[in-house]
Amino acid sequence: MLKTLLTRARQGHRTIKYPDAAPPAMPAHFRGAPRIDASRCPDGCRECADACPTNAITISQRPTDSVLSTQYSALVSLDLGRCIFCPECENACPEEAIAFSDDYRLATRTRGDLVAGSAAHLELAAALDDKLRRLFGRSLKLRVVSAGDCNACAADVNVLSTIGWDIGRFGIQYVASPRHADGLVVMGPVTENMRLALKKTWEAISDPKIVIAVGACAISGGIYAGHPEQHDGAAGTVPVDMFIPGCPPHPLTILDGLLRLLGRIEDGTRA
Amino acid sequence: MAGELLLLRNAQPARLADVPLLSIPLFRTAILDAVWNEWRVSTLFGREADGHVELVVVMANDGAGQLGIARTRLAGDEFLSLTPECPQLHLFEREIAEQYGIRMTGHPWMKRVRFQQPLRLGASVFEGAPVAGVTDFFRVEGEEVHEVAVGPVHAGVIEPGHFRFQCHGERVFHLEIALGYQHRGLERALIGGPQKKTPYYLETVAGDTTIGHMLAYCHAVEGLSGARVPARAQALRGIALELERLANHTGDLGALSGDVAFLPTASYCGRIRGDYLNLSAELCGSRFGRGLLRPGGVLFNLTDDRIATLIERLDNATRDAVESIALLWSTPTVTERFENTGVIEPELAEEIGMVGVAARACGRAIDVRHDFPTGVYRFANVPVMTAHYGDVNSRASVRWLELERSADFVREQLQALPATPVRATVPPLAADTLVASLTEGWRGEICHVAITGSDGTLSRYKITDPSFHNWFGLALALRDGEISDFPLCNKSFNLSYCGHDL
Repeated sequence: MLKTLLTRARQGHRTIKYPDAAPPAMPAHFRGAPRIDASRCPDGCRECADACPTNAITISQRPTDSVLSTQYSALVSLDLGRCIFCPECENACPEEAIAFSDDYRLATRTRGDLVAGSAAHLELAAALDDKLRRLFGRSLKLRVVSAGDCNACAADVNVLSTIGWDIGRFGIQYVASPRHADGLVVMGPVTENMRLALKKTWEAISDPKIVIAVGACAISGGIYAGHPEQHDGAAGTVPVDMFIPGCPPHPLTILDGLLRLLGRIEDGTRA
Repeated sequence: MAGELLLLRNAQPARLADVPLLSIPLFRTAILDAVWNEWRVSTLFGREADGHVELVVVMANDGAGQLGIARTRLAGDEFLSLTPECPQLHLFEREIAEQYGIRMTGHPWMKRVRFQQPLRLGASVFEGAPVAGVTDFFRVEGEEVHEVAVGPVHAGVIEPGHFRFQCHGERVFHLEIALGYQHRGLERALIGGPQKKTPYYLETVAGDTTIGHMLAYCHAVEGLSGARVPARAQALRGIALELERLANHTGDLGALSGDVAFLPTASYCGRIRGDYLNLSAELCGSRFGRGLLRPGGVLFNLTDDRIATLIERLDNATRDAVESIALLWSTPTVTERFENTGVIEPELAEEIGMVGVAARACGRAIDVRHDFPTGVYRFANVPVMTAHYGDVNSRASVRWLELERSADFVREQLQALPATPVRATVPPLAADTLVASLTEGWRGEICHVAITGSDGTLSRYKITDPSFHNWFGLALALRDGEISDFPLCNKSFNLSYCGHDL
């Protein structure tokens, strides 16, 4: 008993101060929101697109009119819903035109918002409407379903309920039954073998309800996209209200998304 | 004894033509003889060759550090099951039946494994299309006997699986586990590789074992290509593998503590696990080691100026972990729940081919790092930790003992990182060659077997996660126990669903 108390005293208070204070520093090689500077792209270069394992990068030519002639410059767009935040494109680029920043804020409300063009203008997730915020703003109970996730997304969703992150502070809790839940967190590409269970879980949650897709697999199928054993993400089975990219997303990325949805963080868009 | 097998070291390639192609009776005898002489089955799988189905076995002799490999070619679609004589093959034979449509005559419990489409087109021994969880379950009939069905979706943040208990009151007569819900078509997708997606498939076989599976893959490719990995890269890989072990063992001990409602250790370990994950992130930017290992070496170097900080953070985390976990052993309400719960006898562990932490908790001193060392483990010895009662307490204490050894290992490696490059070029893969590559992931033995075709691409890539060996152990651990002990037993094994389902 004494030992337990002594250990308690030594371990101290370890919950991060965020969002009231600055978030914890990201590790040295952390790969957050990518920055693309298409003006550096050499003519006809496709190195990044060819290297990308999930075909998240598309390169097209955009006409830039001048008085004398029409010239073309590259338009690079990166689909963050497919991106697995691997180092391939960064390593492949001969001109350092594409690089991952340490910006962990990535969650969006629509699938389309995840396609970042050269302008790298990402419409971060807006808060729920007033009615839903009144309902969920101070108490959001989530049912978490793994539908083919590799247990990495599950681990970093789960970690938010440990003392280091303590989402209970915001009234968010993972619950053991869909009947207790206000919403669903889906991870994994939605395997054929889990599709029915996912659908039934969603149906068992009473209205109004929300769905959050966590990780590249749940958004687009990730590297499993196109496999007949799965369904390219959650949206084909349940209606998704928020997308949190990553492979897996950093816990801070997930927390940022949840807080934005509840209207607790409101610094609009990222330049 | 094992005379028919081709003897190889871990990750040593062999030309396919040199792998003995035995007649079916000789193949059977070779396996049974070896098992009677202290060998165990690391993997047994099917592959297609010249329009026939071939079975390939990889046997392991832990004492001698030898792998024994043989194959046989089936004339038809039938094979006389070895399971009645060699129970550790039961799931492998079910897998071959499901993937290649081979009827395993005499198998006592022939059912689907993953509810997947066969790898061999049109070959199926099961009726109808596979529907996850729809199958006959073993049932106990009788007055006051009842059945409890759990899953696929579980109460926590955890992967899906279906558990069917036959109970008499609180007492569990029998537990049957049906998996396959996580099946993503991984092995099918690896055929024809390596392609640009291949490393990413391997990193997500089981996301909590990214390094373990990637290391097995890297050694396989390096074996097939003859690439020589620089010393610094080997050390960094070892550091990453042990950090993965530290994070997961810490997390598991915290979760075990939570399951017996001892919250101090549960809370502290939940955080400290994150400290170890963040150390992995310092190596490569990802808490799970994504993007770190590649054939030929590692993609990220650790510069010398960051080593001191890393050691300090490692020591802080380990000091906290040791202090928090030590509380378990001095709290009677914890030890009372841990001891004699979910007991597996050592003979049973051997008979059903258990590996890793769960096997070492039964006194089986097997550890790939020690018995089949590759990479940095050839130079740095990690002692094998065992316990002897095969219960939850033993599985917890093996983790506790390994945690300290792994921290020592990481510290020593960080203090003496060789000053070499971290990546070498990888020549093309040798054609018509086989390699079996074993690593000791935090759960236990990971076995990958790569076979190339005449064009030097992968014609078959077999993945055997330690969970594939151990799920049956969990089912047996519950026998005659109380159903309320299930969460605790389950946590003490903490097996992978996706690593099993592939």
